[in-house]
Amino acid sequence: MVPQPKTLIAKNGTTPTVFLRPSHGWAALNLRDLWQYRELVYFLSWRDIKVRYKQAVLGATWAIIQPLMMMVVFTFIFSRWANLPSGNLPYPIFNYSGLMPWLLFSSALSRASMSLVGSSNLLTKVYFPRLAIPLASVMAAVVDFGFSLLVFFGLMIYYQIPLTWNILALPVFVLLAVLLAFSISLWLSALNVMYRDVQHMVPFLINIWFYISPIAYGSEIITSPTWQFIYQFNPIVGIIDGVRWTLVGGAFPGTSLLITLAFMLLVLVGGLFYFRRMEKIFADMV
Amino acid sequence: MSDIAIRVENIGKRYRIGAPSQQFRTLRDVVVGAAEAPRRWLQGRALLSDPVNTIWALRGVSFEVRQGQVLGVIGRNGAGKSTLLKILSRVTEPTEGLGEIHGRVGSLLEVGTGFHPELTGRENIFLNGAILGMKRVEIARKFDEIVEFSEIGKFIDTPVKRYSSGMYLRLAFAVAAHLEPEILVVDEVLAVGDAEFQRKCLGKMGDVAQQGRTVLFVSHNMSAVLRLTQEALVIEKGGLALRAPTAEAVDYYLSRGMARQGERTWEADELPDPASPFKPLALRVRNPAGKVVDTLRSVEAAEIEVEYQLSAPVTGLRIGLYLNTGRGEPVFTSFDTDDPALFESMETRPAGRYLSRCKLPADLLNEGRFVIGLNASSFRIRRYFQDEQALSFTVDAAGAPGMHWPENRQGPVRPRLDWQIDRLDS
Repeated sequence: MVPQPKTLIAKNGTTPTVFLRPSHGWAALNLRDLWQYRELVYFLSWRDIKVRYKQAVLGATWAIIQPLMMMVVFTFIFSRWANLPSGNLPYPIFNYSGLMPWLLFSSALSRASMSLVGSSNLLTKVYFPRLAIPLASVMAAVVDFGFSLLVFFGLMIYYQIPLTWNILALPVFVLLAVLLAFSISLWLSALNVMYRDVQHMVPFLINIWFYISPIAYGSEIITSPTWQFIYQFNPIVGIIDGVRWTLVGGAFPGTSLLITLAFMLLVLVGGLFYFRRMEKIFADMV
Repeated sequence: MSDIAIRVENIGKRYRIGAPSQQFRTLRDVVVGAAEAPRRWLQGRALLSDPVNTIWALRGVSFEVRQGQVLGVIGRNGAGKSTLLKILSRVTEPTEGLGEIHGRVGSLLEVGTGFHPELTGRENIFLNGAILGMKRVEIARKFDEIVEFSEIGKFIDTPVKRYSSGMYLRLAFAVAAHLEPEILVVDEVLAVGDAEFQRKCLGKMGDVAQQGRTVLFVSHNMSAVLRLTQEALVIEKGGLALRAPTAEAVDYYLSRGMARQGERTWEADELPDPASPFKPLALRVRNPAGKVVDTLRSVEAAEIEVEYQLSAPVTGLRIGLYLNTGRGEPVFTSFDTDDPALFESMETRPAGRYLSRCKLPADLLNEGRFVIGLNASSFRIRRYFQDEQALSFTVDAAGAPGMHWPENRQGPVRPRLDWQIDRLDS
């Protein structure tokens, strides 16, 4: 079947012409439409952020309390009792620098995966590029990351650890974490529209993923070269190690980062086409 | 190009109903099915492709709308109007057929879409505006106008969850009404809000139409359709039944579209909530001889009866009849428990089958077509059922007062008033 775009926006004088027709197969992505609705993405993530803390007494401090408390608990469990090594760094710093990108990734992923179903009232009432919804969800997670980063700088001052120029690469890794979450959520959010099993699966997936990622421990802890190689196929490993590298130094995650990029590209492009293909039935199925 | 704003050809939409059935018969089917299963799941085919469990909500609809035309769309609930509007506003894709739309489409399929209760009125104006496709600068420019139209005033910085339903609605409509698309699709937004605000909304719609923009107006309010549109489509059972000047379309809709000779029954798919304890069985109009008829005589009394089933005891139930003229002007409203004594004795109606009936006195209605709306509710608790156009009937004025003058009498009622003429100067 020849792919047919659902809508061709052709300029006809001043008024755009939109064609309505059933689309078949793997339709064109129509990213231009998304660009025209960029303000909607902004407003939706702004809404998410605003609503999240609006009725909480502590408001946005929750974005700080959560990683901070987790760090304290992990310090007790993994450093004091289990005696996991943290290189030449104080364990809290080591742990927190891994927690930040992890929480960014996991909260972006879980929010975005539920986002379409959570916006069913919009899907069934108004037209806009559906990609705006998961996109806005992952963007909203970045704000929490910003807050937790402030705390991290506080910790660095407390432990008197200097920052290095590596930190200039931090935005790149933040972008990668968000993109990775977005890529995976393209599949999960669309599947969740048809099968609500996904929303039971995601928290569980994130839980397991946490333990197979270098947050409470460092990747170096895996000594067998074979396992080390396999370990790098966890796409978040490169990002977490990368964020650590930008903040507290250490080894630059070369191989695992390449694997992350390759994985992400595959999942992102596939996800965009899959999402686009499923988009047309969202309003009917959700 | 031409001055066509919307052109639709043979458009159709199929929906799935019920659960998909499993039809594996042979081992081979099972194996092939299992091999294909992951792909089917990914594509949602497992849920969509079963022809047995699908229905065509709309099929074979073709029409054109000229730029600047205000076109009414009328049809019963479930006829396919909403599906048509959803396709035109790109919420859903047609299953077959083609359409083309010239210009930006703004849809008011439901006011307040995307309103978030925790956000303030101000914040919601921007959010809702963005959802409806407005740019931020555009919203900022119209902000004051929107606030003024909504009459929200100083509550603009209060979370909308604290608004009364009227305020909420006014704000929502205000945002939507200030969209400036070339094509505006409006679905039944006027069914809500108080009479004053409805008038304001209708005024705004009229303005929009006068600015030369194309409007598709869907409503059950026949007088609004008549007032705002010159031409209308009648949608019936998923197809286009008629396109005609509005007066003609309304007449067609009211007479043929709904009633069978003085009796109305409801099919399962017409009942909005199958879980409701109230289930209407029939609405009938009878003449004094007890015959179910479509035409009543103005000079004779008549009887209206509602037969219904209660699947559970209902407290405070009242069955309401809303009589309107064919043009949608209200004539009267009456409830079966209007009599306080009857209301007390029927405080809780146990489950079972009932007949509520009333007498229309003789010499009440003028000639013409009338529409009965049916409603079942418990006051301020719950509405169990509502059908604004349940049944229509005709009144024949033969023998009514003043028939010796062959002229039309104004007004929906034609009472036989007790005139006396006294000469005063003798």
